[in-house]
Amino acid sequence: MLLNSVSVDELARDEESLKRFLRTLPPVDQVGVEGRAAMLSTRSIKNASKNFAIDLAIRMVDLTTLEGADTPGKVKALCNKAVRPDPTDSTVPHVGAVCVYNDMVSIARAHLDSIGGHDVPVAAVSTAFPSGRASQAVKIQDTKDALDAGAGEIDMVIDRGAFLSGRYGEVFDEIKLIKSLCGEKAHLKVIFETGELVTYDNVRKASFMAMLAGADFIKTSTGKVAPAATPPVVLVMLEAVRDFHIMTGRKVGVKPAGGIRTTKDAIKQLVLVNETAGEEWLSPNLFRIGASALLNDLLMQRMKMRDGRYSSSNYVTLD
Amino acid sequence: MTKFEYAPAPESTSIVDLKSEYGLFINGKFVAPKGGKTFVTINPANEKILAKVAYASNSDVDKAVIAATEAFKKTWSRTSPSERGKYLYRIARILQERAREFAVLETMDNGKPIRETRDIDIPLAAAHFFYHAGWADKLEFAGVGSNPKPHGVVGQIIPWNFPLLMLAWKVAPALATGNTVVLKPAETTPLTALLFAEVCQQAGLPAGVLNIVTGDGATGAYLVNHPGIQKIAFTGSTQVGKGIARAISGTSKALTLELGGKGANIIYDDAAIDEAVEGIISGIFFNQGHVCCAGSRLLVQESVLDEVTEKLKRRMSLIRVGDPLDKNTDLGAINSKAQLEKIHELANSGDSEGAQRWSPECELPGAGFWFKPTIFSGVAQSHRIAREEIFGPVLSILTFRTPQEAIEKANNTPFGLSAGIWTDKGSKILWTAQRLKAGVIWANTFNKFDPASPFGGYKESGWGREGGRHGLAAYVKVAK
Repeated sequence: MLLNSVSVDELARDEESLKRFLRTLPPVDQVGVEGRAAMLSTRSIKNASKNFAIDLAIRMVDLTTLEGADTPGKVKALCNKAVRPDPTDSTVPHVGAVCVYNDMVSIARAHLDSIGGHDVPVAAVSTAFPSGRASQAVKIQDTKDALDAGAGEIDMVIDRGAFLSGRYGEVFDEIKLIKSLCGEKAHLKVIFETGELVTYDNVRKASFMAMLAGADFIKTSTGKVAPAATPPVVLVMLEAVRDFHIMTGRKVGVKPAGGIRTTKDAIKQLVLVNETAGEEWLSPNLFRIGASALLNDLLMQRMKMRDGRYSSSNYVTLD
Repeated sequence: MTKFEYAPAPESTSIVDLKSEYGLFINGKFVAPKGGKTFVTINPANEKILAKVAYASNSDVDKAVIAATEAFKKTWSRTSPSERGKYLYRIARILQERAREFAVLETMDNGKPIRETRDIDIPLAAAHFFYHAGWADKLEFAGVGSNPKPHGVVGQIIPWNFPLLMLAWKVAPALATGNTVVLKPAETTPLTALLFAEVCQQAGLPAGVLNIVTGDGATGAYLVNHPGIQKIAFTGSTQVGKGIARAISGTSKALTLELGGKGANIIYDDAAIDEAVEGIISGIFFNQGHVCCAGSRLLVQESVLDEVTEKLKRRMSLIRVGDPLDKNTDLGAINSKAQLEKIHELANSGDSEGAQRWSPECELPGAGFWFKPTIFSGVAQSHRIAREEIFGPVLSILTFRTPQEAIEKANNTPFGLSAGIWTDKGSKILWTAQRLKAGVIWANTFNKFDPASPFGGYKESGWGREGGRHGLAAYVKVAK
């Protein structure tokens, strides 16, 4: 069934029709989806395909620092790492984006531009990240500040309280509002905090709701709550973007974040993408991985593939 | 590499120590067959010869039955139940220790993917020995009747689709209950049984308790008719099973049969569709569809037919067909040329009877026996592909309108081995399961096995149960 944009709007005309639509989504069987994810995690990725996967994963990393202790110095160092992940090897691609709190956006943007990282966007977490517990006025200002400071991507959190109490219309409207602020200037990623939504049925509902509201990406987690980007959760979201594409013709990206620390974890995610949403999603335009420690593991595995041996962690830079 | 393709990831065969020739395993030793007749077993994925295997003559079978009879009288019946349990535990642990070796050998001889032998066949075979080891000294409490006694010598004939696993299903309960065994593996897949004989030697199992005679249908027939056998356990085709039942009628031999099936996999419109599609895939493409309990008849509620078919086709195009030793292979080789011809013959009948065939684009290897994953839509109950067991990666899609119609169609078959139910509604699962005439019914899953769960069929799918407490009952005599 291919819907045009008019009937997409029709699906979410008001809270009642949105609820009705979300109720028509097929349920997710927990045992089945976990079994499928476990089976896909047994794929053995070796040699040329491993090299390919490592470079692809590096290009997909949203290199992130979201600490109370973030300083201009820390953020600038992160930007350097984002543009030249391995200073000894210029064939290493730059990462997908740098992800910071909104007061660090201008520092990150200016520094990236000064070191030739024009292609690396700055993503700002927004709407009272990570809890989303603030007035709408605050959330709007939060987003505007980030956009004014040069954010190319907005990672907003949904109001999980509203979602869990069934006020889907409220969540939908808020996503739509933030999307309208982003306009053409910035991509919108919508964070569900799947560890708080808990069930796969909720993840599927949230995915369709966010896509209908105009999300460019749907994102699992803030990184502040565990469990975060588990393979079955990502699988459900990948099924959602696949089916939404078939339904509307629009491609929405997926961003797992939180808990993806090793090359092995990242490759498992790429296998999920490859065998669920398909090859088209194997691009930083449609798949990102929110991470900090992951990048160094990818670099160490890359060196190992190149040199045939592991180097000590002192051969990759700390930032 | 410009796109994400999985580089070959073949499991090494160096762990397997293939001999050029295998003897018969009689009375604890490998012996040459009388007359020296042999046959070869090949790797169905490349048609290369793996080994020469002894062909048991009638006098070899006689020797094996005599060895089993002697072992029963002099050793095994005098071994305490807890001691029997110890041997089974030992065998189970050795199977786990040598799991990779067994997995690789099974894949070479059978053609099934290493992912399945590694993750399913071999671990489950070990699990059957662990499970039955525990029963050996508790049979009095198994609920099979008072003072259960072994039959004596049991003759066991196993198929080629799960060679080691079917051995485990039969040998473990037989030994746990105090019987001795003469086992005949399938002609095309004898190697893991012969490796299992080595495990029995390694475990110090007394000589003659387990004997293995390799050969063909004639060997099996001679074993079935042997007067020294007190019980027969057979897994294989319904046709051969009927022949066995005829052959032993009028004798005092006990018999269990695990025969064919044409399992209905019922998809209701309120099912978790994505997971149901996974269940359809595992129902028919697991082990190349060489599964007696395969969900080979898909019954889809008409209101979700298009959605299910579209998703199924999409998912089928991701099935990785090829080298069974590659860790990423999903669908391996068809076990034999004869089986491949049978699959072709039945699939062609689907075309000529008017069903629509569909297979994903996929390249099949040049050598070996291969069949693309295939679905037929527009199948009617009257088509041969809806009635006959294909035993290959071929799915027949039928539709239904109401739950009542689903039941009627599902039960409208001479078989009754397995069925699947897919709905998110618990009450509907119970309603449906109560009405299905099938020995095994899975709800929101398919092809799941456990040693504690009895397995067996209604109607032409067989007699008796294997596994669980019900399976033990087949291997003991009780005062009536």
